[in-house]
Amino acid sequence: MPVAAPLLLSALMFAAGVYGVLVRRHGVMLLMSVELMINAANINLITFSQLLRDPVGNIVVLFILAVTAAEVGIGIAIVMMLYRQRSTVAVDDLQLMKW
Amino acid sequence: MIVRQIAFWVLAGLSAISALFVVLTRNVVHAALGLAAALVAAAGLFILFGAEFVGLAQILIYVGAVVILFLFGIMLTSTAPGRPVVDNQQKGMAFLVAVGVFVVLAIGIVAAYGRRPLRLEVAFATSGLGNALFTRWILPFEAVSVLLLAALVGAIVLARKD
Repeated sequence: MPVAAPLLLSALMFAAGVYGVLVRRHGVMLLMSVELMINAANINLITFSQLLRDPVGNIVVLFILAVTAAEVGIGIAIVMMLYRQRSTVAVDDLQLMKW
Repeated sequence: MIVRQIAFWVLAGLSAISALFVVLTRNVVHAALGLAAALVAAAGLFILFGAEFVGLAQILIYVGAVVILFLFGIMLTSTAPGRPVVDNQQKGMAFLVAVGVFVVLAIGIVAAYGRRPLRLEVAFATSGLGNALFTRWILPFEAVSVLLLAALVGAIVLARKD
């Protein structure tokens, strides 16, 4: 297979994530779109790890997995806070810091 | 070799379709399950590309922990009856931006790599990754463990009732 194939898959997944972040109102769905973009980056790293025969890409992906787990935990906690205080999960109802 | 080619195209197609499904469906639970499918297919790709440990870690962490966390988040914040919150009104513009991002990335990728083949020859042994993690990468490794602890404490502080 050409190198471009997994890279194009990654680009498609990243574009889907961008679309989701711009369109979604539901806080949890917004976080899912961010996950898609992170996963696109992981596919790129693994592909180049194989292409360059260098294990550093694998190690960086392991770190990204750990940081993503932390990010999702905090994100879900924030969405639950929002739901408890405002009874909504729509992120565009959050205008508290808008002048 | 032909088996690997077929496996690659099947996994890549599954991953792409699931990723598009995640951002196009109007049902929150379906989106979470689509995300699980996309991540499992990506883990299969990782294993195919010789990153066996990373692929299995992806299944454990993403599908085992992150997607379950999403499902819990959806269940605990079920919205009241009324209009469902899914998308906002900027669909057209967002579609243009997303297509623009994809086209720019695709032009760059094709210009840089064209038809250069990717040979699947190297399998990265888990022992080698472990050695690297605990020697050269020990400082980032410890930093990540502190980050996870901070995230744990932060999530508890945010989510507790007081």
